[in-house]
Amino acid sequence: MEILLSLAIGVLTACGVYLLLRAQTFPVVLGLTLLSYAVNLFLFASGRLVEGRPPIIAAGQTGYADPLPQALVLTAIVIGFAMTAFVIMLALKARAELGSDEVDAQGEPHGDPTGEERP
Amino acid sequence: MLLLAPLLIPLVTALLTAVLPAHPRLRRGLSLAGVLLLLGAALALLVAVGPAGRLSVALGDWPLPFAIQFVADGLSAALVLVAALLGLTVLLYQFATEPANREAPGLQPLVQGLLAAVVAVFLAADLFNLYVWFELLLMATLGLLLLGGRPWQAEAALKYFALSMLGTLLMLAAVGLIYGASGQLNFGALAVASQAPGVAPGLTLFVVMLLLAVLLKAGAFPLFAWLPASYHTLSPPLLALVGGLLTKVAIYVMLRLSGQVFSATPAFLYEALGWLAMLTLVTGVLGAAYHWDLRRILAFHIVSQIGYLLLGIALATPAGAAGTAFFLIHNILVKANLFLLAGLIWLSAGHPDLRRIGGLYLARPWLALLFLLNAFSLVGVPPSSGFWGKFLLVQEAFAQQRFLWGGLALGVGLLTLYSMSKIWLEGFWKPHPDPTRLAGSQPQGDGGPRLAYAAVTFSTLLVLALGLYPQPLIDWLQQATAGYWAGFGPA
Repeated sequence: MEILLSLAIGVLTACGVYLLLRAQTFPVVLGLTLLSYAVNLFLFASGRLVEGRPPIIAAGQTGYADPLPQALVLTAIVIGFAMTAFVIMLALKARAELGSDEVDAQGEPHGDPTGEERP
Repeated sequence: MLLLAPLLIPLVTALLTAVLPAHPRLRRGLSLAGVLLLLGAALALLVAVGPAGRLSVALGDWPLPFAIQFVADGLSAALVLVAALLGLTVLLYQFATEPANREAPGLQPLVQGLLAAVVAVFLAADLFNLYVWFELLLMATLGLLLLGGRPWQAEAALKYFALSMLGTLLMLAAVGLIYGASGQLNFGALAVASQAPGVAPGLTLFVVMLLLAVLLKAGAFPLFAWLPASYHTLSPPLLALVGGLLTKVAIYVMLRLSGQVFSATPAFLYEALGWLAMLTLVTGVLGAAYHWDLRRILAFHIVSQIGYLLLGIALATPAGAAGTAFFLIHNILVKANLFLLAGLIWLSAGHPDLRRIGGLYLARPWLALLFLLNAFSLVGVPPSSGFWGKFLLVQEAFAQQRFLWGGLALGVGLLTLYSMSKIWLEGFWKPHPDPTRLAGSQPQGDGGPRLAYAAVTFSTLLVLALGLYPQPLIDWLQQATAGYWAGFGPA
């Protein structure tokens, strides 16, 4: 169980970092998503791994699983989900407006960055 | 209730303004009412807490290490008030410079959401709650970065997102590790647990990880590239709000975590932090010296000022903490003022690039005076608020025989003076290269130019008051931070 979980976290992190280092928007977004999965699994493991134990103690129960990391992971998953949805929209918008998937496609707007508009 | 009011007011205002997409004026009225209420609540909280007092609320009907706790002490109450004051200034300026019917419907809810998250970080008293509010801060800032929908904004927002997200993930992993090692998340319980024999050595590495994540969010060397790459795409009032508050919130967290929660961290880490502070100081100010765009110059100065704030933390004494706290309050106000003034310079002279503007000293004498007062304060000319902030920090550095750190902090002040005099010479004294652009332009919002100037003047008066009567605030902060690094100090 421990080996399986640590392998999963390791592989997810490695893939995430690899994708992050590509200088393209979509792989970067995917890489961050994989990294956040890895961190969520990792957070889950911080409460120690136990098998077949309930998180809520009942009468006559001998052991229990730490319920706090489970609650934390749930919160982190919700936030991560919202973030992913948001950033995919952002990436699509950038792709549509800049016409390229490169991270530094636009570079610096030279000349008058405001165009016709005032601050 | 008093403790939660400053958090709930902007949160409710954000919701209320979000359901009014078709009524820009009503939205603005609500938003203004929300900030005024927040200001009142912050004042009440400040009076109730007092300099050395402490208010605490435990939510969720659990006994304390498990309940979600919010705590206000002298430092956090003072910072909540500063955030409320800044919110008021920024809103008035925004009303004055942007017409209501062209305002994006998301702006007011996002501004209120940002204020709520900032206040919540100041009041949060457990690690996971801190993470959640940091995430909200990131969300609100991303939203603000995208308002207006210009092409380069999406790119800036992506860069900001990628680096902030990395910091957030690092923070989350560190929170998990700290929980795994100590079994606690609450600040008070962690402070006890981290001193326990057998826990502390293993905890150090995880605390370093957590502090690294906070440093990334603060814009410290070498991970500050996201800051000047994204901030300049914001409109001036939003830039003042984000640039004034965001990195400083991270510094506050750094101060609280290292000074109160994990105060047993070994001394060599503070040595490392001190050198990091020096590198941040110098790279920031050199970056500013290179640029000609007003907003970029000021964005790099944010990085440089973070160095001063980290220096106070690296000194790891109550006096250093009080110096950092004073500098924090001074810097939030002055930085926001300078960004707002940069917006007015841009409006009056037609461009944010210093090479293409000039002649403002004759055309806008009041603007010149306001800029001069704030620039002097940023540089640290006595008797300005910046002088007292630097005085407290450098005095403590010298008292600890850190002559190189103190000397560098003073030297960087000279380079800051160089940047400020560059803006002064190019923007105010040099004749305008195209005088026709100087003639008629004025803010086009609801209140006209007078309201924008009034907002900045109000905020500049606060800075001036800090400079002329620093003693009450210094006393207050010294009492509030008296317990920091208790039982720990340089030998």
